Amino acid sequence: MVKEWFHKFSQSSRAQLFFIITYVLVTCLGLYLLEDSASAIFPFLLVLLSLLILYYMKINVKLKWAIGFIIIAVMIPLSASQGSNFQAFMDVGTLVLIYVAMSLGLNIVVGFAGLLDLGFIAFFAVGAYTYGIFGSKQANHFMPFGHYPLPGDTFWIFIFVGAIIAAIFGILLGIPVLRVRGDYLAIVTLGFGEIIRIVFNNMDHPINITNGSMGISQIQPPRIFGYPIDTPSEFYYVALFIFILVIYVVKHLENSKLGRSWKAVRDNEIAAQAMGIPLVKTKLAAFAIGASFSGMMGTVFAAKQMFVDATSFTYLESTMILVMVILGGMGSVPGVILGAAVVIILNNQVLTDLSNWMTSLSTAGILNVPDALSPSKMQRFIFGILLVVFALYRTQGLIPHKNKKVDAERLKREAAAEPPYGNSEAKTNLEGSDS
Amino acid sequence: MNVLEVKNLTKQFGGLTATNDITMTVEKNSITAVIGPNGAGKTTFFNMITAVYKPTSGDILLNGHSLVGLKPHEVSKFGITRTFQNIRLFNEQTVIDNVLIGMHQHLKAHWVGTLLRLPSIRLEEEKAKVQAYKILKYVGLEDYVNENAGNLAYGAQRRLEIARAIAARPKVLLLDEPAAGMNPKETKKLTDLIHDMRTRLDVTIVLIEHDMKLVMEISDYIYVLDHGELIAQGKPDEIRNNQRVIEAYLGKVAAEND
Ligand SMILES: Nc1ncnc2c1ncn2[C@@H]1O[C@H](COP(=O)(O)OP(=O)(O)OP(=O)(O)O)[C@@H](O)[C@H]1O
Ligand SMILES: [Mg+2]
Repeated sequence: MVKEWFHKFSQSSRAQLFFIITYVLVTCLGLYLLEDSASAIFPFLLVLLSLLILYYMKINVKLKWAIGFIIIAVMIPLSASQGSNFQAFMDVGTLVLIYVAMSLGLNIVVGFAGLLDLGFIAFFAVGAYTYGIFGSKQANHFMPFGHYPLPGDTFWIFIFVGAIIAAIFGILLGIPVLRVRGDYLAIVTLGFGEIIRIVFNNMDHPINITNGSMGISQIQPPRIFGYPIDTPSEFYYVALFIFILVIYVVKHLENSKLGRSWKAVRDNEIAAQAMGIPLVKTKLAAFAIGASFSGMMGTVFAAKQMFVDATSFTYLESTMILVMVILGGMGSVPGVILGAAVVIILNNQVLTDLSNWMTSLSTAGILNVPDALSPSKMQRFIFGILLVVFALYRTQGLIPHKNKKVDAERLKREAAAEPPYGNSEAKTNLEGSDS
Repeated sequence: MNVLEVKNLTKQFGGLTATNDITMTVEKNSITAVIGPNGAGKTTFFNMITAVYKPTSGDILLNGHSLVGLKPHEVSKFGITRTFQNIRLFNEQTVIDNVLIGMHQHLKAHWVGTLLRLPSIRLEEEKAKVQAYKILKYVGLEDYVNENAGNLAYGAQRRLEIARAIAARPKVLLLDEPAAGMNPKETKKLTDLIHDMRTRLDVTIVLIEHDMKLVMEISDYIYVLDHGELIAQGKPDEIRNNQRVIEAYLGKVAAEND
């Protein structure tokens, strides 16, 4: 009975559409009304859940993207905007977008190309320092010309400068690093990640480039049409813009010639080469494109924090991004998005709220939890357990990767309209596409 | 006319000489077999041609151009592709994607163009898929286009390896034990396929095979290796009656048959 009903429901796109719209409106209203209370987290999570529901719905794909976009770009900010927690929510939202984009970048390297990179945060650092140095007075220390900080209007260019410099770093690191494979690759990337951090931490002499362990402060906020961007709710849209860019790139590359080469190299290097795929070039492309996502978000991070120093780019950060990818599902784009969102929200919202709640319980004298056991202090423990559980019981991650299917019926029809496979036809085809 | 020439090819692994001073020629559009007992150096020989291994000494010429020193993917671009004795498919990818990867070097799509959604690239991709479907139909795998390659039955995997290799439109196709693990019916189908490929695809085929019935039926010319040495060469009838071959190889089989 229920099954039948559900089947009917999943067949009717109108019913589903009606459901999702109602769901979003109700949960958004909940968030709107409850925002100032301590339990605002619940409607917030429910609103976010709508995106997951949307993902599983069987409706037109373009419509799905449109609804998703409206939820993220309009409904969430709008319904959160009326309370005192607005900026806190938007801050978490921005972090989610930043880390989702980075996980998608790492997913290209680890998930698509199968190269275990444990130093991925280095590229984020490169992006952050790129804008940090030129968006503050820091560049005056070593640049022979120009006056710094550059105005916040240049931030938009720096997003792409950050991407390009991170990509160049990716290639420079990749050239020596990609000589080794498997476990060795993991170790070497780990080393390089740390080296980059330490180098940044010490580049204050002989020439002061990064201001060493003091870090770079007073970084200019980005400006758009003379209007400064300096609150989380505004950075949310900057991060959203880059996130959309990243999704676009990933979705288009995943099933392209390059995407197939990555997966071929991942599945079997020797066979991939025998099919004419250049190993080093293909791996470097994965390194560079993955790094560029991280670099872009690095610039946002620097602008948002208005401060960078090397402590933000430790090995732990690299592992965290890797956890997002593994938890979500290696190679699975929706999975990785979910993985990153879950980790960030758990870390920055749920655990913090839980801790606050427990503290309030102990101050009220109801329950006495020692401070050391407060959930927000057990992040690593919790993620460790999660990782172990996933490694044991769900190696494919939250949303396992699914290969894109072709429309076999259509191919069959089109193939039937052409002469059968063979010499004459293979030849003309050869001439057609080889010249 | 010879497409492939191998001159004094030697490969040593430390103290072990896997192939020793092998010289052979492969005539255009022929089916040439390389046979020999286990460990004779046959796969090593293929690995040198496809640049998986660098020869210790000697030369390999494709249409007069030396291939020694090239990278494996460059050899593939020159027109030599192969299948593998220990099947090497892209297991996590669909059957049709395996074939599309075989077409890699014939697709012009650059990633920048892909991101710009150039119509030419989308058209190319569409055409490639139809072509891949036709290849799969040709080898009899059209019912499995969306299946993961790793899920196919053994015989089907071997045929997919062939499909992937011919998708690269090679001048010379190297098959390393294509019939291994196949039942007689599958082997018969494979024999027909190899015959048909030669004419239909205008390709030169070199195959390693232990199935003597298949080898004798299909080959124009046979080279026999034993312990890395080339011990005999000739037409199937000559090989069948060659005393050294019988001792080294067929003798064993004959003994088994008695
Ligand atoms: N990478 C390698 N390192 C060391 N020795 C090797 C290597 N590859 C092959 N050999 C050795 O070279 C010899 C020839 O091996 P090869 O695989 O070429 O034989 P084969 O004729 O293909 O045998 P089979 O019929 O069993 O496939 C064997 O003794 C093998 O152990
Ligand atoms: Mg062999």
